[in-house]
Parts: sequence; structure tokens; C-alpha cells
Amino acid sequence: MSNIPSDLRYTKSHEWLRAAPNGAVEIGISDHAQSALGDLVFVEVPEVGRALKAGEACAVVESVKAASDVYSPVSGKVTAANAALASQPELLNQDPYGAGWLFRLQTNAPIDGAPLMSAADYAKYLADQAS
Amino acid sequence: MAFIPHTPDDISRMLEAIGVRSIDDLFEEIPAGLRAGALKVPEGVGEMELGRLMSERAAGDGRPLNFIGAGAYEHHIPAPVWAIATRGEFYSAYTPYQAEASQGTLQLIYEYQSMMCALTGMEVSNASLYDGASALAEACLMAVRTNRAATSRRILMPRSVNPTYACVARAIAGNQDIAFEAVDFDRSAGRTPLESLKPYGGQDITALVVQQPNFFGCLEEVDQLTDWAHQNKILVIAVVNPISLALLKPPGHWGERIDVARGADIVCGEGQPLGVPLSAGGPYFGFMATRMQYVRQMPGRIVGRTLDADGRPGFSLTLQAREQHIRRSKATSNICTNQGLMVTAATIYLSLLGAAGLERVAAVSLQRTADLAASLSRVAGVRAAFTAPRFHEAVLLLDRPAAPVLAALARRGIFGGLDLAERYPELGHAILVCATETKLAADIDSYAGALADIMNPSRAAA
Amino acid sequence: MTDLQLREPLIFELSRPGRQASTQFPPPAFGSAEIPAHLRRAAPPALPAVSELQAVRHFTRLSQMNFSIDTHFYPLGSCTMKYNPKACNAFAMLPEFLGRHPLGPEPQGFLACMYELQEMLQEITGMQAVSLTPMAGAQGEFAGVAMIRAYHRSRNDGGRNEIIVPQAAHGTNPATAAMCGCSVKEIPCDENGDVDIDSLKAAVGPATAGIMLTNPSTLGVFERKITEVARIVHEAGGLLYYDGANLNAILGKVRPGDMGFDVIHMNLHKTFSTPHGGGGPGSGAVGVGARLLPFLPIPMVGKDGARFRWLTERDLPHSIGRLSGFMGNAGVNLRAYIYMRLLGREGMVRVAEFATLNANYLMKRLEAAGFEAAYPSRRASHEFIITLKRENRLYQITAMDVAKRLLDYGFHAPTTYFPLLVPECLLIEPTETEAKEDLDRFCDALIAIRREMEQEPEKLSSAPHTMPVRRLDDVRAAKQLDLAWKPAA
Repeated sequence: MSNIPSDLRYTKSHEWLRAAPNGAVEIGISDHAQSALGDLVFVEVPEVGRALKAGEACAVVESVKAASDVYSPVSGKVTAANAALASQPELLNQDPYGAGWLFRLQTNAPIDGAPLMSAADYAKYLADQAS
Repeated sequence: MAFIPHTPDDISRMLEAIGVRSIDDLFEEIPAGLRAGALKVPEGVGEMELGRLMSERAAGDGRPLNFIGAGAYEHHIPAPVWAIATRGEFYSAYTPYQAEASQGTLQLIYEYQSMMCALTGMEVSNASLYDGASALAEACLMAVRTNRAATSRRILMPRSVNPTYACVARAIAGNQDIAFEAVDFDRSAGRTPLESLKPYGGQDITALVVQQPNFFGCLEEVDQLTDWAHQNKILVIAVVNPISLALLKPPGHWGERIDVARGADIVCGEGQPLGVPLSAGGPYFGFMATRMQYVRQMPGRIVGRTLDADGRPGFSLTLQAREQHIRRSKATSNICTNQGLMVTAATIYLSLLGAAGLERVAAVSLQRTADLAASLSRVAGVRAAFTAPRFHEAVLLLDRPAAPVLAALARRGIFGGLDLAERYPELGHAILVCATETKLAADIDSYAGALADIMNPSRAAA
Repeated sequence: MTDLQLREPLIFELSRPGRQASTQFPPPAFGSAEIPAHLRRAAPPALPAVSELQAVRHFTRLSQMNFSIDTHFYPLGSCTMKYNPKACNAFAMLPEFLGRHPLGPEPQGFLACMYELQEMLQEITGMQAVSLTPMAGAQGEFAGVAMIRAYHRSRNDGGRNEIIVPQAAHGTNPATAAMCGCSVKEIPCDENGDVDIDSLKAAVGPATAGIMLTNPSTLGVFERKITEVARIVHEAGGLLYYDGANLNAILGKVRPGDMGFDVIHMNLHKTFSTPHGGGGPGSGAVGVGARLLPFLPIPMVGKDGARFRWLTERDLPHSIGRLSGFMGNAGVNLRAYIYMRLLGREGMVRVAEFATLNANYLMKRLEAAGFEAAYPSRRASHEFIITLKRENRLYQITAMDVAKRLLDYGFHAPTTYFPLLVPECLLIEPTETEAKEDLDRFCDALIAIRREMEQEPEKLSSAPHTMPVRRLDDVRAAKQLDLAWKPAA
């Protein structure tokens, strides 16, 4: 069973989102996603300052057997990107919810309207997908 | 049965094992109404008979004395090149997907990539593309993916770039809404002046294509052009002749300013001069090299050196996640097959020539073309078109339409050059000529003599 | 083979300053021509300096590390690794053909071959005209979809920009659609490997540009509903594209034109036995029906009276244009021509017959030995799929392990993990040129490997054991990129 922290929210394309009260959010990909991709060999993160729309492809995660786009779950401006992943993509495999975060956004709209799942719903979604 | 080993006994035992009565039963799933009737194709012939036909057709085509270049160049090909490249182990192998059973091809491609990096002064090379023209089209698509400072999808294509390459780039890249803007050349120098680029300064442009030597054989002021592009956040796509790089500044070193990035960003070109025969236009191979930071945007296969399970070095295809079989509609290109066998020939060619041999080939070609242009210009009614320094091609102006003159030369077994009337009508009666190291002084004399004879028959008779 | 025989240094490691293969150098030329200093190269390129024998031996030894058709059975599914007749190479390398500059006066002997090749390909595919210029299958696909786009635009119907592909399609199909500025709609196949008709009906509409199909499909079975598929797509205003990857299976038996296809590309390096060359050059000739005639890529070969000539922009002003600097992979096309003349009409029909016989025989033998065919109720075409999902569950053995172990038995591996729909699959294509004994030996090897799965599975998971290298670290290759040798500083 993959690890699904209960304090995060999730998308159907396997991104997670960690929200702070002031509209700042942190985004990465789930443990399930990193495990399905296998050993990552390259991660591309968005440039700081870039304005993203919800659903926009903004990062790429690449393993030997697959390359996937990462979609921003919400709209906002990129305030930080995880530079360590450039030389150590394995951080994303080792610690997808911590050292393997991808980028941070400042949102200006409430994120409650975004199509995000709770940890419990995401776990159920993964179970449905598997069956 | 041609190339089919089955004996009647084999066939009956195989049908029995399958549980059908005839081979035709195996096609029962094809709806009867769709089945083809007898094909209108000639009957098969044996190797001896066909050999005679092919020899006759080849003999009819003859072996003219060739002074045409224009993107395909006649160089000496060392005997070992094709003796080895046509060994079955290279000739009849597939793309090296099973790395452990393809180390020969993989190591060879790694060596090839290394040689192309050395020649171009770039950090990474792919394992080849189809040909020079399509390589430029792929370079344009790559530039659009790579240059994030530009959103316009506009590419500056000087008119001194091989016009067929420009056509191919439009045919291939044009489907993705890329606009090509023609940049004029200096009528007397024969190269692209900085002034013709100035109107584009400060605009949103993706890339500038620079061909060195250009289609006319003239040398562009590559440092100036590169610096201008980089100052304007425009990527430089270099189109180069690999033989010329033995003498010319490699594109990786183009540019003089220290405040902007040095060197071309994407380098591509036609690999045919490196040991591949003219062969009526193909197969040739395209090459492409770039900076390491852009490697993931580069199309085509790439070989990397890695370690095996015992920690010993070995080679495999790498960065495959960019490619169509994994990335499907988001791949860098739909390219799948490349030109492996031609790369095999080129790698053997470059190994045999080395830096010293390649420099000799380039220097002799340079001199022969200078001799040819001087010799032909002494014929009344012929003069050189451009003043810029050149490599191994030259544009000559005739005082009358070129087509009948070239046709008369062809009747004497001489291919005297390419008529530029359709491609560059503004030049007047212009031809593009080329002499490589394969043309000896006597060959140049024959051409000049025949040309004088054709253009000034009365004088020649007197 | 011993370790000593199998390791070969890089050519750069054999290099010594001052060593030369000087027989290959032209004599120096005397004169004053030179390159201006600011355009000149500062230091020579780091190319190897070796003797002629060193180069010959090095590349000969490298060749010996390859599996190839000439040395090994090579049942690589979807690749048609049949014998490449030596005559095709020998005649294509006649000096007059090799020495011909593409921009000289039109060579009648060579063009006669190209013209006849166009006509033969046209006849066996049931199309109206053929252009030989695309340089590989993927470029043929590009030409095909670009022609479909041009056709819709010419009818002021340019909004049609969706290409439908079945899930089992080769990866080049969606990649090609994207290169032509189209979006891709994937539709599923039913449990017997045919296109799901209801999904197709739901997918077509006013935005449909066309559908790309391989038939027999990449699942190794004939698409039985092809006539219905053609009707649905045509009624929706779309065109049908035939991916010729599997043409070998139906050569002379059924013609794509008769199935309703509007455009087809052929892989001459598969069906018509031009060499694969370790990854090219291929050739991807395209054929079209009446609707797409004006859009064919140039140059083509035409005939005025008895004289052959190139057809260019002037003859075909609506062409999608040029895809290569000259006329595609001319020498590859010449090899295909020679092959077709050697086979002739009876020989071409036999290609499909014996390719199909070999595939069905091998499938039945493997099924009898306990392997699971992916579509057991169907006839194999020229290839078939074995799925190892049961073996994977029982012994934790993957298709990759079996592929690598086959190398130790002296067989090139079948295609693995394609099509993506079938888990742990081997796509096996024996081709018509293999003898029954070789099929039997291959079958015996797989049976022996099956025994190893049960008794000593580590022999598989650590395979291969007899190749020049053991299994390679692909993660390291992609992470610590080493893509070129560099001279020591």
C-alpha cells in the first residue's frame, strides 16, 4: 500500500498539494506515482515567477521507462522550485512528500473550488483504479 | 521458391501441427470479398538474369566527370569503409534495443557521437537523423521547444541557406505553425550581411539559421551573426559541412562577445561527405549536436556509456523517454529509424582519415575549387559572382543562359555544375560549381577546355 | 567466447599522435587558397589517429559483438527481420549507381528502376500512385497525415484535426499526428483484438481528420471489421490511413486499397527486405487513392514517351512538398526494386503464405508446450503474442528476463512490452525465410527456459551470461550522462 498522508490533498493525475493559510501552496507527486514511474532520472521544475493556470502542464518527471507531465492543480504564481532535484532526482523516489517536493505557488483565489481529493478519497480512487 | 526454405514434407508436417489442411486455410479470417486477384507484377527472375539487366541500366547511366556539389559531394571513399559496413553483422542487424546483443553497433555510435562533438565543438550529438535537409527541419522544431524566451515561432532563414533545405523545413515544420522569414544576402559578397538582420533586432524571434559555408560556397561572418542573435535572445542553428570543419571554426566556438553565450545552440548538417557515396541522392544521413543543457529537447536516438551488472563498462540507448515509443504524442519527434548504416560508414571514414587526413581533404578541395573558378573565369563570357572567401564551391556568371551550356557539357560526359536560374533568377545566368580532392588538375583542364569550346566555338577552332 | 575476445577498447584509446592511414590521404595541392584567420579552426578536432589495419580490426571486432539476421534467428515482432538477399546490395552498389550525383541530368537506367518500383508497389497495394521519397516509416506516416490535412484544407474543411488511433497502435502514430498539428483520440480494442466499433462510432465527428490503422494489427491478428470501420470513418468525412508495418502478412492476399484505405505507407526495410543496418536507413514509400493524388510528396518519377524524368513542384503544385534534400533513400529503394524483381508475382504471394505458416506453426508449438497465447482463438497473422503473466505471477519472471535468457541460447529476443495492452508480452515474428528446424530449435530453447523458471529462476533474472556485457544499468546511463569520449585535459 502506498503512503498517503492525511494532511494533503490529491488530484486524479497523482499530484499532491499542501496548503498554508496565506494562500501559499506546495506541490509534488504522490508516493503511488513515484513508485509507478520507478527510478527517476530527471526532473524539470517550472521557473520561479511563471504564472500557472489550473491544469497546466508545468513540470516533467522522467524515469528510464516513462516521462510524465505534472499539472498544476491550482492557478498561481511560482514562488519557489526544488533546485535539488536537478542533481538528485532520487530525492523524489525517497521522500515524495518532503525533500522531493516540486514547486511552490502563491494563489490568489481560494483553492476549495479546485477538484481535489482528501487522502481517504484518493486512497479509494487508487483502489478503484487497481481493480 | 525464392528465399523460402520449406520442403513439401516440412509444409505438410507444419500444417498438421497447426491442424489445417492447406496454407490458404490460414487466411480464412480475411473476408472473402476482399481477397486479391492475380497481381499485375512481372514474374520473378534469377540473380544472373537480373544482374545483367541491372548492369545494363547502370552502364547506360555512365560515369560522368562531376563538378556538381550543392549539398552532395564526391569525395574519395577508402576501400575499408564499405567492406566493413556491409558485413552482415552491421548490415542486417536491427536498432540496438537488445543492448547486450548489440554492443558493436552501440559502441560504434558512441564513437560516432564523440567524433561529431569533436568536429562541431558541441557537447552532445545524437545517433543521426535522415539527411541534412530534414535535420534542419528537426532543428527548427527543437529550437521552438528550447527557446522559452520566444513565443512567436518565427525563424529567420537567410536566402543563402540551401533553398531545398528551406523547402523541407517548411514542409515538415510548417504543420506546427512555424513561420520562416527570408533574410536577403549581399549581391556582391554572396553572404548574409548584419544589416539585413538589424530590422529584426528586439523582436520576438525563435532562431536564426546560419549555413557555413553557405549554399553559394561563401563563408559567412559567423561570429557577428551569432553575437547578434544571442544579444537578441535568438537561438543559433548552424548548418555545416563536416569536411569543412577540419579547417573552419567549429560552430561551438562561434561568436566573440563575452557578455553573451558563445557558440551555436543547435548544429546540424548533411553527413554524406563522410564516406557515403552520392548514390543518386541517398541514403545519406543527417547529424545533430547541441549543448548538454538542451539534450532532452534533441530528437533521435542517443547512446550512453554505462556499467553492467558486474560493474564493467558497456553501452545502451539512453534518454529513450523522449522518444515516440514511450512518449507517443508528446515525443520530441516521430523519428524511429535513423540512418545507422551510414553512420557506420562515417565512423570508419573518420577513423581512417583522422584530423590530419580530413584537413588534407578539406585543404585540397579548397585549392581545387579555387583553381577551377580561376580556370573557368578565364573563358570569355564567364566570371566569378561573389567576392566573399569560399570553401569548395563557387558561383559563376555566364553571359548567356546556362541550361544549353550545361547540356552541351553533359553530352561530352561532364556535369558542369548546377543551374541556379530557377532558384535565384536575380543572379542572372548563374551556375554553382564544386571541385573536391577527387578532381585533378587534368580534370579541371578538361572542363575549362570543353567550356571554352562550347561558349566560343569560333575562337577555339581558330 | 572468452572475455579477451569480447572486449574492445574505444578507437580513441588505440590512437597515437602521428599515426596515419596515409594511403587514404589525397596528395597535397599547391596554391594560395586559404581560409581567413578569423574563420579558421584554432586546434585540430580530437579524432583518432590509427593505422588502416587498426581501424579495420577494431570495426570488424565491433561487428562481431552484434546479433544480426546473417548470424542469428531474429524473431523481432513488428520488425520483419527476413533474409536480406546479397544480390540486392551487390547490384545497388554498381559503381555507376553509386557515383551518380542527384542533381545531374536524369539517369535513365536508375529512373527506370524507380518508375517500375512505383508501379509494382501501386499494384500490390491497390492504390492509384506511389511516391518513394519518404525516408523511413515514420516519415511516410508524416507524409500520409500531412496529405490528409492538405485534402481537408483544400475542401475548406480545415477544422478536421483529430486523428483516431487504436490503443494498440505503434508509438509513431500518435507522435506523427502531433507533428502534423493534430490531436489524438485513442479507441480501445475488444477482447478478440478487433477495433471496438461502438467506441469508434462515438469517436468520429466533424473534427475527424482520419484514422490510422495497422492491419493485421499490432496484436498479430487481422482486423475483421475493416469494411465497417472504413464505412464509419468515410461517412463521418474522415480518411483511412494504412500503417504498412505489417504488410508482410498480407502481401498479394489482400490489398489495402481494396479494404478502403485512402493512403498507405510501406516500410520497404521490412516487407521488401532492404537492410535494417543497425537502425536505418529505411524507406517509407507512400501510396494514395484518387482523393489524395494531388498532394503526394515530391520528387516522384514520371515518364514522357520513352523518357523518365523527375516530377517536381511544377507537375504537382499542391504537393505537401519535399521531405528530403534530394529524393529520399534512393539506394534503399533500388534494393527494394531488386528484391521485388527476384521474387516476382508468385514469390510475393509466397511471402505472406510462408510468413503466416511459420507464425501459426510456432504459436501452436508454444501453446502445446504450455505457453499462453494472447489471442488463442484467432489465427496468427505473420506474428503472434505470448503473454507471460502467469509465469510472472508464479515465478516472478518477467518478459525481459526471458528475452535476455534467449540471447544465451543464441536467439535474438522477440519484441518485449509491445503492444502495451498485453502484460509481460513477447511479440514473435519468425518471417518466411526461416526453416522449420530453426523454428523448432527456438521453440526448444523456450521450453528449456521454461524449465529453468521452475528450477533455477536466478539464471533468468541475471541473464544474459554469455554476451560481451551483462545486463546494463539503464538508470545510471540516463542519470550520469556519458554521451561522448573526451580527450584528457
